[in-house]
Amino acid sequence: MNTQADFMHPERITSSKATEATESRRTAGTGSRTSFWLGVVTSIGVAGLAALGFFVVPADDVQGDAVRIMFVHVPSAVGAYLAFGLTLLGSIMWLTRKSEWWDILAHSAAEVGTLLCGLAIVTGMLWGRPTWGTYWEWGDVRLMTTLILFLIMVGYLVSRSAFGTADPVSTATKAAVIGIAGAANIPIVHKSVDWWADRTLHQPSSLTDGKIEDLTLLTLMFGFLVVGLFLCWALIHRFRLGWLERELYAEELSEALHARRLEAAEEDRSRS
Amino acid sequence: MQAVRFLDGVVLAGGFPALAGVDLAVEYGEVVLLQGANGAGKSTLLGACAGFNKLASGTAEVLGYNLATQRAEVRRRVGLLDHTIALYRNLTAMENLQMWARMARIEAVDIEYSFDRLNITENLQKMPIAQLSKGQQQRVALAAIIARRPEIWLLDEPFSGLDANSRELLFDVISEAAQAGATILIASHDTAISSGCDARIVRMIAGVVVDGKPAVGQSTILR
Amino acid sequence: MIAFIKDAYIVFVKDLKIEWRTRNTSGHVLPFAFFVLVFFGFTFNSSQTVLEQATPGLIWMVVLFVTIVAAENSLRLETENEAVRLLLTGGVLPAAIFVGKVGSVVLQLLFVELVLVPGAVVFYASDVESLPLVVAASAGATIGLATVGCLLSTVVVGVKARRTVLPILFMPLVSPVLVAATRAFGDAFGVFAVNGWSWTGLLALFAVVNLIVGAMMYSQLLEDI
Repeated sequence: MNTQADFMHPERITSSKATEATESRRTAGTGSRTSFWLGVVTSIGVAGLAALGFFVVPADDVQGDAVRIMFVHVPSAVGAYLAFGLTLLGSIMWLTRKSEWWDILAHSAAEVGTLLCGLAIVTGMLWGRPTWGTYWEWGDVRLMTTLILFLIMVGYLVSRSAFGTADPVSTATKAAVIGIAGAANIPIVHKSVDWWADRTLHQPSSLTDGKIEDLTLLTLMFGFLVVGLFLCWALIHRFRLGWLERELYAEELSEALHARRLEAAEEDRSRS
Repeated sequence: MQAVRFLDGVVLAGGFPALAGVDLAVEYGEVVLLQGANGAGKSTLLGACAGFNKLASGTAEVLGYNLATQRAEVRRRVGLLDHTIALYRNLTAMENLQMWARMARIEAVDIEYSFDRLNITENLQKMPIAQLSKGQQQRVALAAIIARRPEIWLLDEPFSGLDANSRELLFDVISEAAQAGATILIASHDTAISSGCDARIVRMIAGVVVDGKPAVGQSTILR
Repeated sequence: MIAFIKDAYIVFVKDLKIEWRTRNTSGHVLPFAFFVLVFFGFTFNSSQTVLEQATPGLIWMVVLFVTIVAAENSLRLETENEAVRLLLTGGVLPAAIFVGKVGSVVLQLLFVELVLVPGAVVFYASDVESLPLVVAASAGATIGLATVGCLLSTVVVGVKARRTVLPILFMPLVSPVLVAATRAFGDAFGVFAVNGWSWTGLLALFAVVNLIVGAMMYSQLLEDI
């Protein structure tokens, strides 16, 4: 197993073209042609979803207009869990492969996932007020599990920033441990809240009981697509940002190495 | 095969390249004197040889074990003496070493022998490490190394903070180990060090070994 | 396997011996826990029913805080003088260090609970209806808390903001323990109509899962910090 991180390739370190590379990268962003068009499609999708959700789909017999929140709420909740799945995958792969690629994936997915998770919780609260008559229902399983998951991921992000960037290997390992420990406990969190909640208000999935109308179902599916596109688009950008950070780190390091070697060579010459 | 072999070894300390590409080869049984100013990377190099500091890039082997992947093996086979002391403050010298001996599968008589050898009296053995002076703590840490008789001794400023008698004692201990064939790396500002054993001087500047090649005629430094 | 147990036992005894000398938990943490318990009482109305209802939750909230302190103390033993190097040069497996430390923290926490639980029963006039359930739930919950506490306090070693980062990481992760232990105690005290033994089963599951996951990752953690 190779425990040395990729960003420390000797050829990158000894490269004297470091400053040149930095220049070119300073002008480089996190986008590309693909991600640009992906962003455009996502934006159109968001607009389309809003139009469908607000104007085309009729109000629900039971829930009234509140049903429209579902088109954002359900896909973003699913997207959040998906992203956290990627964080778990990235964490495991970092610990086994020690390749920075996986660590950046874990970090990116955690950030995007936390955003979606927050969106799911907020939309859920907005939906809960008119439907259940309360913003927050302590007795609801999915709500509480999602909240705990959200808090775990906030902890993950907070500690990552507390660990700092001075030692990416150590930061990645600690973060991976948090990610894996967090994911391992989610089923137990779910079980505990399941038993704890005396009363569950949450919708038993409306998708499976066949009561949902065709147009509503279609819009919900479209919502999944749009959130999926957003997830991809945000992940690509966040991943590239992480990658650029590592490149910058590697370059700063190679400059520091270069400076130290120069110092050594000069002092050695002056002595002899 | 060499006892220690570094090829372009880089070690980071808090993001700073404390070792900036070290090339060094030390033969079995060699005594090496690492010299260099503060911050030249001597301690980091010894810490890396002991299997504690991570190698960030390059290749390095100690006793044939890869420092990138087999540090646990290295740690069990070398002896490092440095400023960290690495003893539990609230345990006595005896408790620290007895516990360590049980983990490291070292006989109790070997511990007794090293305490004897370093004049660590029974009174001293029963005192918590926190109550010992720096020099005394260092002697207890050295006792562990003597008990293990490692193939490589890594001594970081071993003479600092020692009184004249203890220095004398340490000289003897080191030359004994050298005569028994141990590989010894000593980092020190002190130029007058060895007691009659041949030592190669290796100079470090700014995290780099500047003349690590074996000297043509080995210099004998006398105290 | 025998070597592993032996090593873990050495670490366990070492930590307890140091605790015996320094009286960290018994001398400082225990009074703190007791004070919190007593003063919690003031924050509620003097109504007895409210206090009775809240007692199980109060006990475990206090133990949760105590775990953070105890686990941090336990890790500080290793970072002072970099003493953990003595274990590493002795060839101890990192997982054995983890298990040994968890064991000593568990024992210290149980000691705190031994004072805390009777104290709560006396002050808040709760009745213990099932002592075996109290013992079993305490054991399961304590092992779970200590396991996560030791793992996370190792994660935050050397981090400047660890005083805040550790609780932020710790609390959501052990939320099942808080819920389950409170329920189990509620049953044992006769204030909640739930099955305390199935909650104790969940506590045991939590402890086992985290002990295994933690032990598997501990060597990487020690290598990379």
